Amino acid sequence: MNLHEYQAKEVMSRFGIPVQRGKLAYTVEEAITGAKQLQVETNTPIFIVKAQVHGRTRQRRRHQIGKNIDEVREKAQAMLGMTLVTKQTGEEGKLVSKVYIAEDMYIEGKSKPKEFYLSILFDRSTSQNCIIYSTEGGMDIEEVAHETPHLVHKEWISPITGFMPYNARKIATNLGLSGEAFKSCTKFVANLYNAYVTTDASMIEVNPMLKTADDRIVAVDGKMSIDDSALFRHPDLLAMRDLSEENPTEVEAGRSNLNFVKLDGNVGCMVNGAGLAMATMDIIKLAGGAPANFLDVGGTASAETVEAGFRIILKDPNVKAILVNIFGGIVRCDRVANGIVEAYQQMGNIKVPIIVRLQGTNAELAKKIIDESGLEVHSAILLSEAADKVQQVLAH
Amino acid sequence: MSVLVNKDSRVLVQGFTGTEGSFHAEQMIAYGTQVVGGVTPGKGGMMHLDRPVFNTVAAAVAATQANVSIIFVPPAFAADAIVEAAEAGIALIICITEGIPVQDMIKAKAYVKSRPNCRLIGPNCPGVITPGEAKVGIMPGFIHRPGTIGIVSRSGTLTYEAVNQVTKAGYGQSTCIGVGGDPVNGTTTLEAIQLLMADPNTEGIIMIGEIGGSMEANAAYWIKEHGTKPVVGFIAGQTAPKGKRMGHAGAIVGGADDTAEAKMKIMRECGIYVVDSPAFIGRTMAEALQKRG
Repeated sequence: MNLHEYQAKEVMSRFGIPVQRGKLAYTVEEAITGAKQLQVETNTPIFIVKAQVHGRTRQRRRHQIGKNIDEVREKAQAMLGMTLVTKQTGEEGKLVSKVYIAEDMYIEGKSKPKEFYLSILFDRSTSQNCIIYSTEGGMDIEEVAHETPHLVHKEWISPITGFMPYNARKIATNLGLSGEAFKSCTKFVANLYNAYVTTDASMIEVNPMLKTADDRIVAVDGKMSIDDSALFRHPDLLAMRDLSEENPTEVEAGRSNLNFVKLDGNVGCMVNGAGLAMATMDIIKLAGGAPANFLDVGGTASAETVEAGFRIILKDPNVKAILVNIFGGIVRCDRVANGIVEAYQQMGNIKVPIIVRLQGTNAELAKKIIDESGLEVHSAILLSEAADKVQQVLAH
Repeated sequence: MSVLVNKDSRVLVQGFTGTEGSFHAEQMIAYGTQVVGGVTPGKGGMMHLDRPVFNTVAAAVAATQANVSIIFVPPAFAADAIVEAAEAGIALIICITEGIPVQDMIKAKAYVKSRPNCRLIGPNCPGVITPGEAKVGIMPGFIHRPGTIGIVSRSGTLTYEAVNQVTKAGYGQSTCIGVGGDPVNGTTTLEAIQLLMADPNTEGIIMIGEIGGSMEANAAYWIKEHGTKPVVGFIAGQTAPKGKRMGHAGAIVGGADDTAEAKMKIMRECGIYVVDSPAFIGRTMAEALQKRG
């Protein structure tokens, strides 16, 4: 589950991490009130208006500077209601429904402000948590890693000892910090790691992590993702979930306990098991179609789950056919077949052809049930047969 | 010969009296697996499925000499169950549970690694089966036949698909190992392949992977250098978009090198028979074995 910047900063603050302060606004009026309050609280000379949407975008699209209250009004007006295209949103983009009015942290003083990059994430290849950091802050870290790999450092944390103070000292040293800034940095990193582990985050990214003119280390931006499997023990974080950022059909499927991901193809599919579901999507592509979704109905493919699955798939007008692929192990195929027939009759007019492939326990009996149901359902037992039938149906 | 489990394995079920634990323990017993008892905290002293129930793994091991444990404990308590089994001296821990928090698994895996002669399989896996000898998992026993093909996989039903194809092609399986669909795996694909490569009874290996992580690439590089048996490979998720989790917690494309395409390319370059369609896993294995003569 992803958090917005304003939420991530709120969580970080709880762990004693200094953050750039700001006010959340859903309307232009709120943006102006927020900016005025912020001016009183922080003395900020200018304002940064930041769009709050999940996913990565170019910063200049997401962040705008307002030199005074009038400019905050102008920028907030332009930003609210605008669609932002991110790598995650696809081409249709995402509507900006809230902005964050933030203080200026780059005021010059006894030294120059300097931007750094720091993130913490779980590294699969070592099964350890890893702190990634760089002197090249405020830039796309993937680009930095590609062009100047020697400037991206990694610090792995031993699962036996957990985070140790020397981990932070190494980081502050490699970032070239000294004096007060060195001390602020070690404290910042230790607190951030504590926040990461305590909240069961799968990723925290601070970019830029700023050394201010007066040698403080501050999180100017913040991204955070929480491990979905750990949300059961973080009701406070779960409450921060922003459903408007998620695909509505996926949210609905989740309510029926279906594991569904919307894709943009023309053949819907319903499968038991995640691996087989991905493999079924691949089969659809090899048969000349494109998968319209990923859908894992889990171990028990009952009439209810099958019906819920059909309803969700058929919401998509692009779906030209549906492939149901069930490997009956513990679950018996004849039961699933009966469930499909029942769901089909319950729903009345399904206008797209359905191909049902049932393999495993009682597969022959299941095929007979489908074939004798009199419904517009094509049956198959072998995976290759199912692929051929998808091809035939799409050719029509 | 076989790897990991055989007819002499003495199996303990953690989460024995729960719905899942009871159901699958019964299936395992029916298959002929030596289930010697179970653990459910607070129910020690009871009998369940004609087997003794213990409060702790240590007590169960002392009384039954169990050497394998299978875990059906809910996600919030599963890492605790793994560490308890390791501490009690269980040599092979198989964790079926799906949805264990990553931070819990990091610690549990590190602990298991720190113990001598202790191995964890899973979590979020179907378990391990040596057909005709022992089924320590949730797979349907009847699709398997004793034989010479070893199977390593990150998924459940897709493995059953491969098993079924192998059986239909006239071959059987030596041992099938489900390494699990989570981002933290107690035993990696590579380690499972190494076990099968060293097993004199295994003549061919099927490796089923999916998007996310680098386990298949690591295994492929090792196979290129040390492989002595034909390996057939498939990677699920060729059509999965970047950054979207496909059911399994570990099935997510992070960058350019953990897509199905990238993995399949590496596997081909390392001499693995890679199939584009999962419908041809069994057939390709048969062809590879015939080619070898």
